[in-house]
Amino acid sequence: MNVPLKPGGVGASLPRLEDDRHLRGRGRFVGDIKLPGMLDVAFVRSPLAHARVHGIAKPAGFEASVFVHADLKGVSGIRADSGLAGFRSSIEPVLSYEKVRYVGEPLAACVADGRAAAEDIAELVSLNLEALPAVHDMTKARDADAPLLHETWSENVFLEAFVDTKFDVSAPSADVKISHTMRTSRQSMCPIEGRGVVAYWDNHVEQIVLYSSTQMPHIVRTGLAECLGLPEGKVRVVAPDVGGGFGYKGILLREEVCLAYLAMHLRRPMRWIEDRREHLTGNANCREHHYEISGYAKADGTLVAVDCEAIVDSGAYSIYPFSACLESAQVPSILPGPYQFEGFRCRTWSVATNKPPIVPYRGVARTGVCFAIEVLMDTLARKIGMDPVEFRLRNLVRPEQMPFTNITKKLFDSGDYPEALKRAAAAINNDSIRARQKAGEPDGRRIGLGYSIYCEQGAHGTSVYAGWGIPMVPGFEQASMRLTPDGGVEIRVGVHSHGQGLETTLAQVARELLGVSPSTVKVIHGDTALTPYSTGTWGSRCMVMAGGAVASACDILAGRIKTLAGHLLQADASTILLADGLASSASGSISIADIARTWYRRPQDLPAGFDPAGLEVTQGYKTLRDSGTFSYAAHAVVLAVDTTTGTIEILDYVIVEDGGVLINPMIVDGQVYGGTAQGLGSAMYEEMRYDAAGQPLASTLADYHLPGACEVPSIRLLHMETPSPISYFGQKGIGEGGAIAPPAAIANAVNDALAEFGVEMLELPITPDRIRAKLAAAQRHTAQVTAP
Amino acid sequence: MKPVAFDYASATDAPTAFMALKDHAGSARLMAGGQSLGPMLNLRLARPALIVDVSRTAALRGVTQTADAIIYGASITHAEVEDGIVPDATPGWMADVARHIAYRAIRNRGTLGGSLAHADPAADWVNVLTALDACVELKGPTGSRTLLLEHFFMGPFTTALALDEMIEAIVVPRRDATASWGYEKFCRKVGDFSQASAAVLIDPARGQTRVLLGAIEAAPILLNNAEALISGHASVVDAVSKALPERSVEANALHVQAVVRAIAKALAAGART
Ligand SMILES: Cc1cc2nc3c(=O)[nH]c(=O)nc-3n(C[C@H](O)[C@H](O)[C@H](O)COP(=O)(O)OP(=O)(O)OC[C@H]3O[C@@H](n4cnc5c(N)ncnc54)[C@H](O)[C@@H]3O)c2cc1C
Repeated sequence: MNVPLKPGGVGASLPRLEDDRHLRGRGRFVGDIKLPGMLDVAFVRSPLAHARVHGIAKPAGFEASVFVHADLKGVSGIRADSGLAGFRSSIEPVLSYEKVRYVGEPLAACVADGRAAAEDIAELVSLNLEALPAVHDMTKARDADAPLLHETWSENVFLEAFVDTKFDVSAPSADVKISHTMRTSRQSMCPIEGRGVVAYWDNHVEQIVLYSSTQMPHIVRTGLAECLGLPEGKVRVVAPDVGGGFGYKGILLREEVCLAYLAMHLRRPMRWIEDRREHLTGNANCREHHYEISGYAKADGTLVAVDCEAIVDSGAYSIYPFSACLESAQVPSILPGPYQFEGFRCRTWSVATNKPPIVPYRGVARTGVCFAIEVLMDTLARKIGMDPVEFRLRNLVRPEQMPFTNITKKLFDSGDYPEALKRAAAAINNDSIRARQKAGEPDGRRIGLGYSIYCEQGAHGTSVYAGWGIPMVPGFEQASMRLTPDGGVEIRVGVHSHGQGLETTLAQVARELLGVSPSTVKVIHGDTALTPYSTGTWGSRCMVMAGGAVASACDILAGRIKTLAGHLLQADASTILLADGLASSASGSISIADIARTWYRRPQDLPAGFDPAGLEVTQGYKTLRDSGTFSYAAHAVVLAVDTTTGTIEILDYVIVEDGGVLINPMIVDGQVYGGTAQGLGSAMYEEMRYDAAGQPLASTLADYHLPGACEVPSIRLLHMETPSPISYFGQKGIGEGGAIAPPAAIANAVNDALAEFGVEMLELPITPDRIRAKLAAAQRHTAQVTAP
Repeated sequence: MKPVAFDYASATDAPTAFMALKDHAGSARLMAGGQSLGPMLNLRLARPALIVDVSRTAALRGVTQTADAIIYGASITHAEVEDGIVPDATPGWMADVARHIAYRAIRNRGTLGGSLAHADPAADWVNVLTALDACVELKGPTGSRTLLLEHFFMGPFTTALALDEMIEAIVVPRRDATASWGYEKFCRKVGDFSQASAAVLIDPARGQTRVLLGAIEAAPILLNNAEALISGHASVVDAVSKALPERSVEANALHVQAVVRAIAKALAAGART
């Protein structure tokens, strides 16, 4: 769609309107909410990864303060099935009772005046658990002798998926084949604010009100109502300020259900604030993949086929609403990325292990998939003896092929992938880095240059999700708009903004289409009582879907404003323009505030029979196709590896990204920087390890290494802008992209640096310890080979 | 992660602190900066009945200068060393070490005495002050004693401190510009505890040459044959293997590099003066 741009409207790098309250520390997060008579809840959590529960003894004197499964009358467990054939179902009890299946699983809730007192009681609860052998390694979960997590299942597999497109006929034409065994680590999302819940029963509206640190309040409402056996009308969910989500806040938590029940039955406000140990070990887990992947190419650099077996460690249960298949079902469909080739075969297993369920994390399966395919591309290029940029350029989808349907039927809307890669190579000074590598470093370190490129399907809708058959299928996204009596604009959306800057960007949309100043626009989000239904904030969808919905509602509202203006100015409504807070015709203009005043406060000025529609609009919206927008980026990194210590120093990092029309380029930059920092965490630092008994080995941030300000390099970010033909302004979803490409780019750069040693890093994170171990192993190998 | 309930007393002077320790034999705990004790309280690993706050105790906040040494009160913070608010017994080495401990917020509160008493093998002062041949002045109900840090650390998180004793001060011998120094630590990220560290002191005026190996699962180790290691006549790999016999050569790689690089730094510093 061709829309003229207005200052402060679409395309303006407007400073974020919400920053004022956040920078002054005046936000209101769940932890800031204090209600009279509020009690705190501490959970007794399983110390064992796999055990039969024979008893939970409430401490003497505290019987009324401790709640177990049997106390939660009428409450059902959380169930999230997928409609995909063969999916095995699991139920997360709100409080576990027969069995526990991971360390940290909640068994009892202890209620007291203050968290410390609640923890005192929790310590006194005694558990009678019979330890069972644990499944801690996803590659052994399907072994015949592996203990079963869910006894009614025949194997520890939620879902097995398989695709095969002409693999057998394509692969034989290849001249080279490369096979890799690769692994990504289990991670924890670690938003700066963890989860938190405050619940109370509101006598006035007869509702359970749940304040929760969530990114999907409407989905939580539906899930909560189902678990509590209440009509949705009795449930209100409010997401106040939320300190980052990254997907972790997109699931229904057992703690949410439990707190709501306790608040209803004790008729006291209840609070639970997740601590970092609960967050790390029990709740916020994500991303653990294992790949056996092979690539087939011709000597001339044509990629012919890809063959892959992937395992996703889904943990113990299927999470609501995304289920235990989202990640593993995505792997086969997104593995080919932006490449074209003939033959593809991929089998995936979503396996159950004695670890917390995994939750989609920024980039979801893409980060692992990008790592697998992009590292494979580099190894193939090395094997063929071709420059990795050249090899990619030969195989990337080309701009003239757009819109392009790839081998897994993904429909790319627009873009110029080769150009992005070329610009990245130019910006990183590819040729001079290659020359520098030849010359060698005075300090003996090895320089590596690595690339990765990916596509990010965002805002994908009904047809995509209906295929998965999970509890949530996004349909039309809605927005409500209201002109207030003083001429201000209220926007209500069911998505939630927790760092994405939607309070600003949605106001910019109103500015663009209604000609009002963003400072007069109020964006209201996160409260099921105040906003239209939405599946919420996930899948890089908000700017496309909620932005599109706001734009559609603006169009209708603009029409109504113009009708009023036409009457008041005695002009033809179709000739009226909205700009600078005014409605203008050739004969004169009137302020939007005066128009609002007329409608609300001086209706006597309107003639009988005037259109009664009014200045409030709720409108639904879908993109022209619901197959998603495809944003993409090429990342390029130069780094130095110290081969004696294994230490990596990033020397330069370039990103060329294309997010279509950028509603607010500065906010996009922020999203890309933040995502890249997290991607560097996946690449080099973050690792949630478990021992053979299923005990988590990183229970504090001293053991779970997140990159900090000092670890994230200055990133040089360049933009391309290829509009999407399917969205309102041509915008694309870009929220996750930054987190997708760094592991692949870093791995490729390290592998480039270490090529002379015959060493390739195929496991994340790439730590100094792993680099030293690989180098030492290579050295032992060489010593053996050369020994007489 | 909230601590078990405890009582709190702020000790303005040393005798008050002693009295509290004595009255609550075994169940009271001193707190200086709280940067190590705080997490232990929250994780409920430490469960004292009484916390005696010595961060403002006058006797632990002073600095005394003698001809030979500077005596730092135990509650001097890392930040005060970093900022030069207290004099440096060395030609700037201590300030430089302080600057690279954790993050500024932690340095604002964390103290020399707290760090030594906590005795984390990876902590900076534990290794640096041992390499600098410092000693601690301990005060107990029966009187005072002075211990070389080499003898103070018994193992990871274990020291010679008795339950009712406290560190009153740290005596750091003066080093002048004729001495040279090298300190190397490997951290996964800025502000993180080190995985391996080493310190090298070459002080011809005092006739001292010391090579220390730190961040090991033991008290810091002063390597034998320091001169030969520095001059290259003895192998660092062998010396580290001998000091850490239970670990493979590969597992020692970082520690070897720490020593090699600390020696190189000290020699480079020496060459400049
Ligand atoms: C995130 C983080 C990162 C860190 N990184 C580093 C690092 O890189 N390098 C490093 O060296 N340190 C690091 N630290 C530790 C920090 O330097 C602490 O400040 C220090 O270890 C303890 O000092 P404190 O004054 O806070 O002691 P406290 O926490 O108050 O006390 C520690 C222990 O010492 C005892 N104690 C305190 N004062 C005395 C005294 N006068 N006599 C006897 N016993 C006493 C206490 O009873 C307690 O057992 C880090 C800490 C954190 C939280």
